[in-house]
Amino acid sequence: MASPVRHIAAPLNTLAIRRDFPVLQQDIGACPLVYFDNAASSQRPTAVLKAMDDFYQHDYANIHRGVHTLSQRATDAFEAARARVARFLGAQRAEEIIITKNATEAFNLLANSLGGLLQQGDEVLVSELEHHANLVPWQMAAQRYGLTLQKIPITETGTIDPDDVRRRLTSRTKIVAVAHVSNVMGTVVPIREISQLAHAAGAWMVVDGAQAAPRMAVNVAQLGADFYVVTGHKLYGPSGIGALYGRHDLLQKMPPWQGGGNMISEVFFDHSTWREPPFRFEAGTPPIAEAIGFAAALDYLSALSLDAVAAHEDMLLQKAEAMLRTMSSVRVLGAPPHRAGILSLVMDDIHAHDLGTILDQHGIAVRAGHHCAQPLMQRMGVPATLRVSFGLYNTPDEIDVLENALHDAKKIFGVA
Amino acid sequence: MDVRELYQELILDHGKRPRNFRVLNAATHTAHGHNPLCGDKLVLHLVLDDGGKITDAAFQGAGCAISVASASMMTELLKNKTRDEAQKLFTYFHALATGETTPAFPLNDTDTARLQALSGVRNFPVRVKCATLAWHTLKAALEGATTTSTEGA
Repeated sequence: MASPVRHIAAPLNTLAIRRDFPVLQQDIGACPLVYFDNAASSQRPTAVLKAMDDFYQHDYANIHRGVHTLSQRATDAFEAARARVARFLGAQRAEEIIITKNATEAFNLLANSLGGLLQQGDEVLVSELEHHANLVPWQMAAQRYGLTLQKIPITETGTIDPDDVRRRLTSRTKIVAVAHVSNVMGTVVPIREISQLAHAAGAWMVVDGAQAAPRMAVNVAQLGADFYVVTGHKLYGPSGIGALYGRHDLLQKMPPWQGGGNMISEVFFDHSTWREPPFRFEAGTPPIAEAIGFAAALDYLSALSLDAVAAHEDMLLQKAEAMLRTMSSVRVLGAPPHRAGILSLVMDDIHAHDLGTILDQHGIAVRAGHHCAQPLMQRMGVPATLRVSFGLYNTPDEIDVLENALHDAKKIFGVA
Repeated sequence: MDVRELYQELILDHGKRPRNFRVLNAATHTAHGHNPLCGDKLVLHLVLDDGGKITDAAFQGAGCAISVASASMMTELLKNKTRDEAQKLFTYFHALATGETTPAFPLNDTDTARLQALSGVRNFPVRVKCATLAWHTLKAALEGATTTSTEGA
């Protein structure tokens, strides 16, 4: 878990960084684009675009099949990308990384494959702040395999209390599934403490790292994660690619969830045998160029240093929180002890969608709505929020643009 | 496109102080409308007399200024319209909001002003569904359906 005291890396040179992102060099209407929708999807640097373009122009072929040169090059590049993801997450070996099409697919893989290993009546503990991707697949698995879904409620401040998790763990708890960073409030959840408790109770720890991995250095061993999920498009890489880290000994026990080419060892007409992990979990042709782009994005991010990115987003967050505190009629959701790069706000008498439209007129891209976290919205008693989420290319000046736009919205709606 | 053309005085007023915002116990037709992408929800109540005339219309729900104002103005427009006129009004408004050519429909000046105010959404494509949610719910209610969704029922 990153914390302010660890931020010793050199500050980011956002001026230079912004030149790496062609999409940022544009106006929306008459205003320069302010991209504050990074939690939904970030933008990608030219290094990623170039890596994919080069691959398509020179090396593309299907992988793990052909005996020809291009197929060999493509296979090598794809497997190098897998190894790159492993290094990024601190995995022991490349075989612990399964390439998926996104985070959602990774959770569906887990719910289907792990679900089959459990007994009827076993419990899955899921937190109240999860994105639907880390909730709905478990609901479906619970129905299919006769499991019981249990909720870890959030505290008043919007975090998860490990003591509360301890009280909810039983001898039947087999899986604890929690987000590392909330996609709505930015809460940094104390994963290490929770995974220690989960392991002591004999449960496996599943962590949704979709929002954490772009914002802080992640090491799955230090976190005690048995499974850790990331997605490329939030990590400055392409869409259509994600990755699932799984502990090697666990992956070996797990049955496949999708059948088809590549995942089999031998096929007879009436039955088949499976390859070793990770291939057992990768049926069909994967997103090949996307994997190359994903690896390039991780190279880019790592070269800047995740500690520097975390410090940068901390600085932006502090400025935004200070600005919002001085503004009347605005409420920031939750007050967790540690927040990373994301916050949600509601305004008296102005619905989030109306705010989103007015901000767009100022060139500001934000997300308005339930953020695929409806149980959390129900808990917080709001139908929708406006979410501001930072990336490594955002600047403090852009928060002034946000402040100005919020004042404009209040003026239009006649809110004090 | 100036955002003030979307948030006209009339819209803001109806958004803040929606008319006919109540339950109609005497309702003969009730339907629930839902936009699952944004979470907006409303329930529409209609009272139709034996001759098929709408004698009362009311709604309740939560949503953005556009969706609340649209529902509010729609309930005002519906009173004393026949079922047939209400269906034509739906077609008319749908065309107006999506920027298509509107079919001929006789309207008094007040109703014309209301619909013109709402038609500002046609320049904000992502907000069209906010304005049409109440109207799709109306269509569902008239057709005897109890629920409708902007993303396919």
